[in-house]
Amino acid sequence: MNEQVERIREEAAHAIAAAASPAALEALRVSTLGKKGQVTELMKTLGTLPPDARKNAGAELNRLKDELAAAIEMRAAALAGAELDARLAAERLDVTLPPRPHADGRIHPISQTIDEMVAIFGEMGFVVAEGPDIEDDFHNFTALNLPPEHPARQSHDTFYLAGAEADIAPKLLRTHTSPVQIRTMMTEKPPIRIVVPGRTYRCDYDATHSPNFHQIEGLVIDRTSHMGHLKGCLIEFARAYFDIPELPVRFRPSYFPFTEPSAEMDIGCSRAGGELRIGAGGDWLEILGCGMVHPKVLANCGIDPNEYQGFAFGMGIERVTMLKYGIPDLRTFYEADLRWLRHYGFLSIDTPSLTGGLSR
Amino acid sequence: MKFTLGWLKTHLDTEAPLGAVVDKLTAIGLELEGVEDRAARLAPFIVGHVVEAKPHPDADRLRVCIVDTGKDKVQVVCGAPNARAGMKGVFAAAGTTIPATGTVLKSGAIRGQMSNGMLCSAREMGLGDDHDGIIDLPADAPVGRPFAPVLGLDDPVIDVAVTPNRADCLGVRGIARDLAAAGLGTLTPRAVEPVPGKFESQIGVRFDFAPDIENACPLFVGRVIRGVKNGPSPKWLRDRLTAIGLRPISALVDVTNFITLDINRPLHVFDASTVAGSLVLRLAQPGETLLALNGKEYTLEGGETVIADDDGVLSLGGVIGGESSGCTEKTTDVFVEAALFDPVRTATTGRGHQILSDARYRFERGLDPAAVIEGMEAATRLIQELCGGEASALVVTGKAPDWRRSYALRPERIHALGGVDVPLADAIDILGKLGFTAAHENGALAVTPPSWRGDVQGEADLIEEIVRIWGYDRIPAIPMPRETALSRPAITPAQRRARDARRALAGLGLVEAVTFSFMAKRHASLFGWSDPRLALANPISAELDVMRPSILPNLIAAAQRSADRGFPDAGLFEVGPAFADDTPAGQSLVACALRVGQNGPRHWGADPRPVDALDAKGDALALLAALGLNIENLQVETPGPAWYHPGRSGVIRLGPKTVLAQFGEIHPRVLAGLDTKGPATGFELFLDRLPAPKAKASKARSLLKPSPFQPVERDFAFVLDAAVPADQVIRAVRSAGKDMGAGAQIAAVSVFDVYQGKGVPEGKKSLAISVRLQPTGRTLTDADIDLAGQKIVAAVAKATGASLRS
Repeated sequence: MNEQVERIREEAAHAIAAAASPAALEALRVSTLGKKGQVTELMKTLGTLPPDARKNAGAELNRLKDELAAAIEMRAAALAGAELDARLAAERLDVTLPPRPHADGRIHPISQTIDEMVAIFGEMGFVVAEGPDIEDDFHNFTALNLPPEHPARQSHDTFYLAGAEADIAPKLLRTHTSPVQIRTMMTEKPPIRIVVPGRTYRCDYDATHSPNFHQIEGLVIDRTSHMGHLKGCLIEFARAYFDIPELPVRFRPSYFPFTEPSAEMDIGCSRAGGELRIGAGGDWLEILGCGMVHPKVLANCGIDPNEYQGFAFGMGIERVTMLKYGIPDLRTFYEADLRWLRHYGFLSIDTPSLTGGLSR
Repeated sequence: MKFTLGWLKTHLDTEAPLGAVVDKLTAIGLELEGVEDRAARLAPFIVGHVVEAKPHPDADRLRVCIVDTGKDKVQVVCGAPNARAGMKGVFAAAGTTIPATGTVLKSGAIRGQMSNGMLCSAREMGLGDDHDGIIDLPADAPVGRPFAPVLGLDDPVIDVAVTPNRADCLGVRGIARDLAAAGLGTLTPRAVEPVPGKFESQIGVRFDFAPDIENACPLFVGRVIRGVKNGPSPKWLRDRLTAIGLRPISALVDVTNFITLDINRPLHVFDASTVAGSLVLRLAQPGETLLALNGKEYTLEGGETVIADDDGVLSLGGVIGGESSGCTEKTTDVFVEAALFDPVRTATTGRGHQILSDARYRFERGLDPAAVIEGMEAATRLIQELCGGEASALVVTGKAPDWRRSYALRPERIHALGGVDVPLADAIDILGKLGFTAAHENGALAVTPPSWRGDVQGEADLIEEIVRIWGYDRIPAIPMPRETALSRPAITPAQRRARDARRALAGLGLVEAVTFSFMAKRHASLFGWSDPRLALANPISAELDVMRPSILPNLIAAAQRSADRGFPDAGLFEVGPAFADDTPAGQSLVACALRVGQNGPRHWGADPRPVDALDAKGDALALLAALGLNIENLQVETPGPAWYHPGRSGVIRLGPKTVLAQFGEIHPRVLAGLDTKGPATGFELFLDRLPAPKAKASKARSLLKPSPFQPVERDFAFVLDAAVPADQVIRAVRSAGKDMGAGAQIAAVSVFDVYQGKGVPEGKKSLAISVRLQPTGRTLTDADIDLAGQKIVAAVAKATGASLRS
């Protein structure tokens, strides 16, 4: 018996070590430990032995059985590991290949700038108002203290629509966002704080003029706002927008029919070496027109100028976008050139806010 | 408005340097456009003494000159006829840039003779048109020194932008007055003694205006000056005019230009010998003609204010004079005119005939009604000084309109509006220096503007005068007071939706464009444009002549430009207006997207395919979902509008009435009309038509109750008519029942295969659907699942006639 056990132990140990695959190992398990395996067959002969010998032989066989099971398991684990290694080696992927394409879109600089401006003015209590692009003479001119014979009308280069009936002033494309001031004042009671971003139109097309462009208008009407507030509001805006806390600013007297007193606002810049830099140097750059709303404009809108006052301002959106982001040519804004849009555009996640950062 | 510093100083007694003057101009609202220090620009050009001038041995018209430059003697070959030994001229050494041409002088041989510089003409120096010869400097000009001071060219030229309200600053004296008020010096006293008339004017003046248009010319002042001798103006006058870019013509003409610029009083001088009979001021008859001083013949429309004699129109009042009555070198008797013309009529005439003149520019802005006679007297004195002659008595017709008016200025309003404390005494002082008079009256000031400030029309204007001279920089900036501690939303839900639409579309990989609101009519017509009221009366070009009915054509054109540049695959979008009519309601806000070419670049792991209608539908639905719509409530119907492919397009509806969007592949005929190739697919989504987001009392979401039981997926392959839309099958599945047994619900339905061909009868298609059943009460048994399957098959069969594929 002992001899048989030793022989099986020796042979099986060799066979297990030599098993080259899980299948061979399984066949080995069956031939040794299976129902008809060598060890099992030997177990069956135990009954023929005398009690003392049976006890010793039984213990010996059980030990053999445990040894073989453990050896088979160990070999199986080794074989599985080798098999996995072989599979992984075969599965190698060239990870230097370009990944599957993913398109990321862009937000146009004009939209981004409007969002930035609204984020700033929103913090100052302004809400956004809008109005139609096709306007009438009253809202675009007359109500703004620009009667038909006013010389300043000539400078507006107005687009008119065809098909006007006799004796009725033709419809026009708004030359500024100011008609929305009128529409708001005629329908809402003070206090009013609005900004009006939108499309505007002038019949002028060259390197620095586009027939279709964008403005943002601001209007504050209450009982107390004066030129000091106008300055405070616009200085805060300019410094936040350009993200230059010490941005030099100045206000110059100017003239607009719809404001009195009127001003233009300049920001400090440098033109040294032909390169424009905002916020440095001894030069000035005009960015907007503003002033106290003309009493006649208030009266035209049914607001009593003895009771209410306020200020208004208007700014070209493309112009300040060009200044902030270093975009050289106005005309490129409208060409929808993919290279330009990808280069100067913004990611959809770039949502401006003052608390989260206006721009990167 | 251009003037020189020296000219300004004839009206302003000041020691202020140029820099202080120009800074102050901007600070008080006379914005500096430019300042040209010509002395610096002309510094390289020096006085040269021509010591020798011999004929060129090989060229008849050239001379070989030896020029003493003060440092050395230089040989110069010169072609000017007036180059001669002994003269003094303007010498430019090699290396100098010639102002008129921008070329840099080089040394070189001309016909074999070395030339090391140039003797310059006035034209080469950018100083005038005189090209007949080189500049001839006075004999006492200092050799080797810059020539500019010798010719009085060292006076800096200042250019300011005068706003349309400040007609009074279209004369140097008006600018001087503003500067004096701002503390930059004192306005020099000025008193023009009237010239006594020696005789009565033989030319009379008569108004012939209907009663309601007498304001066409309220006042006309004239006078004859006889025995004048016209000729070139003196140097000081020529220098003034030349400095600001005007060409001196003759003394009589130069005087009118000078008085216009100096004291803002336009004048006209007629050659009295050409006037037939008396002058009449009237409106033009249609068809009358005038050969104007600019050499152009104008046919009048009728209604222009004209000055006429017995033979016809001599001059367009306030706009331009006529050739026939203009002064020449031979003129001996003149009739000088100073008048007031109606600003509106002057502007209309000038605009109608496209005549831009210094006179029109001033009359249409409004001139000082009280300074007409003073201007006439100043002109008379200057003409007599330069040309001699004796003056007639004045012929005064009409009278100046009354300009005196006063406005109450409440002192506290200066701060209330201007935001700055100006002591009342200072405010009164400023007004006084500007020519206003102020008197205390009932606790306020009664302020009378001067005759030249027709623009001042109320208290706000007075405050502007005070504050601008006091200085805008002295207004303290005050932060906007906040009404609430925290900021509130600045945009409405609708505005938020437009913004979200942009960011959602960019998130889908599309690139935002901003294109013009107008486009070519032939393009717009392909997209439903038909309303002639949406055409521009004065388009910038025929390519931009109607308001856009759709954004798609602009995006298609942009994509084609991109393709032409070598980028055939593009995804663009725009959120902007489209126009259905010319009313505010006719303008809608549209989110429009376009994809062209392939859906991606060629790639080792994913083959690109041409974009199709379902790309556009996917984009549109993704956007609608991003904007908060439950897209399962939407219906898709076919086809879309005519500019889409009839078999590959559709509309997305919310309920029976509202089309939220239309999408599809662009019709090939439309693409051809836009000179582009496909494939192109896009959508138009009407943001204004989306239901307004509901204002909710609570932001709380409904409670999520996830089922603990395993969901079950079951696949079904239906065979049905090929024409039946897949959507009908999906809807039928969804409608199969709320309770599919054991509380199970249909959680998801998807189409995973569409097949036509072998194994499926002709005209039929196979549609493979996967249905996800989600039990809520207990785990589903096989019997439950079989029952649910039978319900689904029955529902689909009933709705579409489909049968299960065997």
